[in-house]
Amino acid sequence: MNFICNFPFFSILLSLFSGTVCSVLPAKAAKVVNRVVIITVGVMSTILLLYLLSTGEAFVYWMGHFPAPWGNEIRAGVLEAGMALFFCIIMYLSMAGGAHKLYGEVVESKHSLYYILVNLLLSSLLALVYTNDMFTAYVFVEINTISACGLIMIRQVGRTIEAAVRYMIMSLLGSGLLLFGLCIMYDLTGHLLMSNIKESVGQLVTSGEYQIPLIVSIALMCIGLCIKSALFPFHAWLPDAYGYSTVSSAAILSSLVSKGYIFLLIKIIYRVIGFDIFNSTRIIDVLFVFGLMGMIFGSISAIRENDIRRMIAFSSVAQIGYIYMGFGMGTQAGMVASVFHILSHAATKSLLFIAAIGLTDVSGGSRKFIDLTGAAYRNKWAGAAFTAGSLSMVGVPLFSGFISKLLFSQAAVQVEGKMLASLIVLGISTVLNAIYFMKTVIRIYTPFSETGYSGITFKDMKGYCIVLVCFIVLNVILGVSSQPIVDMIEQGLAMFA
Amino acid sequence: MGPNLLANYGEAVAAILFCIGFTNLLLQTNLIKKIIGLNVMDSAIYLFLAEKGYIAGRVAPIVVNGVTSTEAYINPIPSGLVLTGIVVSVSVTALMLSLTIRLYTRYHTLDLDEISAQLKKEGK
Amino acid sequence: MSKKRPESEYQKTFAFHFFRWLSGSKDPYLGEVEMHPQKEYQIDPEAALRHEKEHDAILDKVYDPKRNMGMKLFHKLYHATSIIFCLFLIALLLVTISWLPATGTVNRPVNNEVAERYIEKGLEETGAVNIVAGMILDYRAFDTLGESHVLFTATITVLILLRLNKTEKNEAELSDRRFEPKNDAILQLVATFLVPIIIIFGIYVILNGHLGPGGGFSGGAVIGAGLVLYLNAFGFKKTERFFTEKTYKWICFFSLSFYCLAKSYSFYTGANQLHSIIPKGTPGAILSSGLILPLNIAVGLVVACTIYAFYAMFRKGGF
Repeated sequence: MNFICNFPFFSILLSLFSGTVCSVLPAKAAKVVNRVVIITVGVMSTILLLYLLSTGEAFVYWMGHFPAPWGNEIRAGVLEAGMALFFCIIMYLSMAGGAHKLYGEVVESKHSLYYILVNLLLSSLLALVYTNDMFTAYVFVEINTISACGLIMIRQVGRTIEAAVRYMIMSLLGSGLLLFGLCIMYDLTGHLLMSNIKESVGQLVTSGEYQIPLIVSIALMCIGLCIKSALFPFHAWLPDAYGYSTVSSAAILSSLVSKGYIFLLIKIIYRVIGFDIFNSTRIIDVLFVFGLMGMIFGSISAIRENDIRRMIAFSSVAQIGYIYMGFGMGTQAGMVASVFHILSHAATKSLLFIAAIGLTDVSGGSRKFIDLTGAAYRNKWAGAAFTAGSLSMVGVPLFSGFISKLLFSQAAVQVEGKMLASLIVLGISTVLNAIYFMKTVIRIYTPFSETGYSGITFKDMKGYCIVLVCFIVLNVILGVSSQPIVDMIEQGLAMFA
Repeated sequence: MGPNLLANYGEAVAAILFCIGFTNLLLQTNLIKKIIGLNVMDSAIYLFLAEKGYIAGRVAPIVVNGVTSTEAYINPIPSGLVLTGIVVSVSVTALMLSLTIRLYTRYHTLDLDEISAQLKKEGK
Repeated sequence: MSKKRPESEYQKTFAFHFFRWLSGSKDPYLGEVEMHPQKEYQIDPEAALRHEKEHDAILDKVYDPKRNMGMKLFHKLYHATSIIFCLFLIALLLVTISWLPATGTVNRPVNNEVAERYIEKGLEETGAVNIVAGMILDYRAFDTLGESHVLFTATITVLILLRLNKTEKNEAELSDRRFEPKNDAILQLVATFLVPIIIIFGIYVILNGHLGPGGGFSGGAVIGAGLVLYLNAFGFKKTERFFTEKTYKWICFFSLSFYCLAKSYSFYTGANQLHSIIPKGTPGAILSSGLILPLNIAVGLVVACTIYAFYAMFRKGGF
């Protein structure tokens, strides 16, 4: 076996181990360790991705001395490696972009705890991406949930603690349903490894045995993960959690944590149940309807919001709706669009959160729109970055959001029966997006001289501005050279099956 | 209804407990009752798993006198899953309890709705 | 057919005044209304205070759940719907369960080649008499590695929430001393007898994890309970002699690092088909079954410390 095949295992264990190591280090050293680990994992994922592209085959890695149905294993394909790389990039940029706020918002003695949580979160995300075992997935989902809760409430104001409680309650309901669905699935198939479950599920479907429990088990797992990734009716915890936590946490939560659960759902759809069997159930219709509702109601809530951070948070609800709409279409094209949207949304949403913090900082810390008037002149870099992010969200060509909307519409045209609904809602949602994002952009570019707030320039915050530029470049890359990425996603999804 | 409801009475009890716990966790406003609901829900899943591993007339999977035939022991996998699950639920319970302590010292109430109302009143 | 009016007559009509007012060429009040220079607004401190109080009272009323009729109605509906929801969920799951394979029988999908191999070859391949221990610490060790990190993550979050800084800590200490039964003779006597027994039992459970029922987590929880009892009987002063936050940190660090590194070695050799140097030993002996015994000890240490740490954190936010 090639040495590169060890890399998924190394990256999971490295980030897990670094969490333990950070617990005895002072905050400064923990920060360095955190950065180094993210970069190392990113480099390993890049090498792995190149290797997988050259071989064109996914591989399975034993976690222990025993082969498939007995031991535990992880699996790496193009999509997994690509996702891991992307998660590392976003996480590094979010941590770097929000580092200066951490000092103001989090008690000094708790900084090292923050880095521990980030490391553990990274390891759980990697494990969710690479795992080939359902029960391992459940355990790492729990690590993900708990560390995300820690990231929310590390800034201790009343709102964040309440949001953390609400987040935990919803997440625990989701985990409970996921675990119950998993147990029923185990009872029906006798396996916990994804590939073996898929084989047995195929046999069960052809023989017609245990139809009802099978459907219920699939439904329970799907609903569990939908709740955890804040699909429309389950999003009550989201605005406070994203709106009041420290900015790195908000960026990481919105762009990575929910995406980890969604990626697990994609894995379950392809590798546990089987794409065709999943599409023949009614569950995709439910996902489709809730996705559409999320797209509209999330945007409407965002329009009504008078707080820039909460507005961005509500916009996440709408974007999650897009992803589930893609699942609901039940075609390969819809799936590709959804996966692309995961990337595009992660890149854009973290950019928006990081840029918004620059704007509120030069407006006396207020997040109300009235105080943000003219903020883009006081912090030109953040203003430009926020504009870029908004344009991407609205779906202007050159930015990543355009490509994902294009892919969604292309996918919608191919689906009979769901075409009209998806195209109409896509149109409405785009208009609503434009309303609230352009409103904000116009507001921050409205000239307004009489403020006591001083502006900042590139020299004051070099690191922050560089992070913003990186984010914009990432967005433009996703928007301009989308074809290779879409090809890669297609190849990865083909490897899944 | 299917054919095995009576044979699966243990699982039926587990399902009922699961639903009670789930509803409590979702709909109670008192935080402590929510946590109790969480524990009921998790324990119900462990009961379900324990039932799934059971085979009539066999003993726990600890090798006695070197007998290693499948006829002697029950299925060990569900027991292992329960062990792992228990640790997860202990951790989650500890986290929820500490969140509750924090909220209680700050707002002097355990009612989540009242806490939300107070937060709105503070207007922050 | 209108006739042309002279200018002077037109100037008396309503239409003339209206259009003049509309075009703004004349202010109708100019010269008609007496204008005083406006007094600057003075804030009456009493009135301001009253306003503030009224504002607070209104807020209280608005956010008072007992006065809010909508909320009251909502609560009643809430109870009804929650019961219906629960019943619906129960019905759904009962139907599902009625279709599941029958419990207790042998011919079920669960009893397949996986369980068979664990039972038949488990002793030989892992060296553990307790097949469940062999399964969770060897066949499916990755889950268990994750599980101990779930506990670690939870401890970190509890620390974030409840750990106090130095000044708060002194206050908490003072208020905590009031509740501490410092010289409860009965409790102390009983604890003197019980605590060693409990801790020895816990150690037995940990060391025996691969030979019989037990293991790191259960043994660790027993030891943790013993420590909590000791703390309650003798107070923080006594426990601080051997257990502080620093001890906790380092024990956790060493145990978890050992766990991580040992399992990494085992995963690495397993996946690359290398020969593992860890001996299996004779099944049934206390020093047997490869890594399972040291791993159990590591987990036991972590769990014992964590249980104690949870208690200390919940009680006064520090050790």
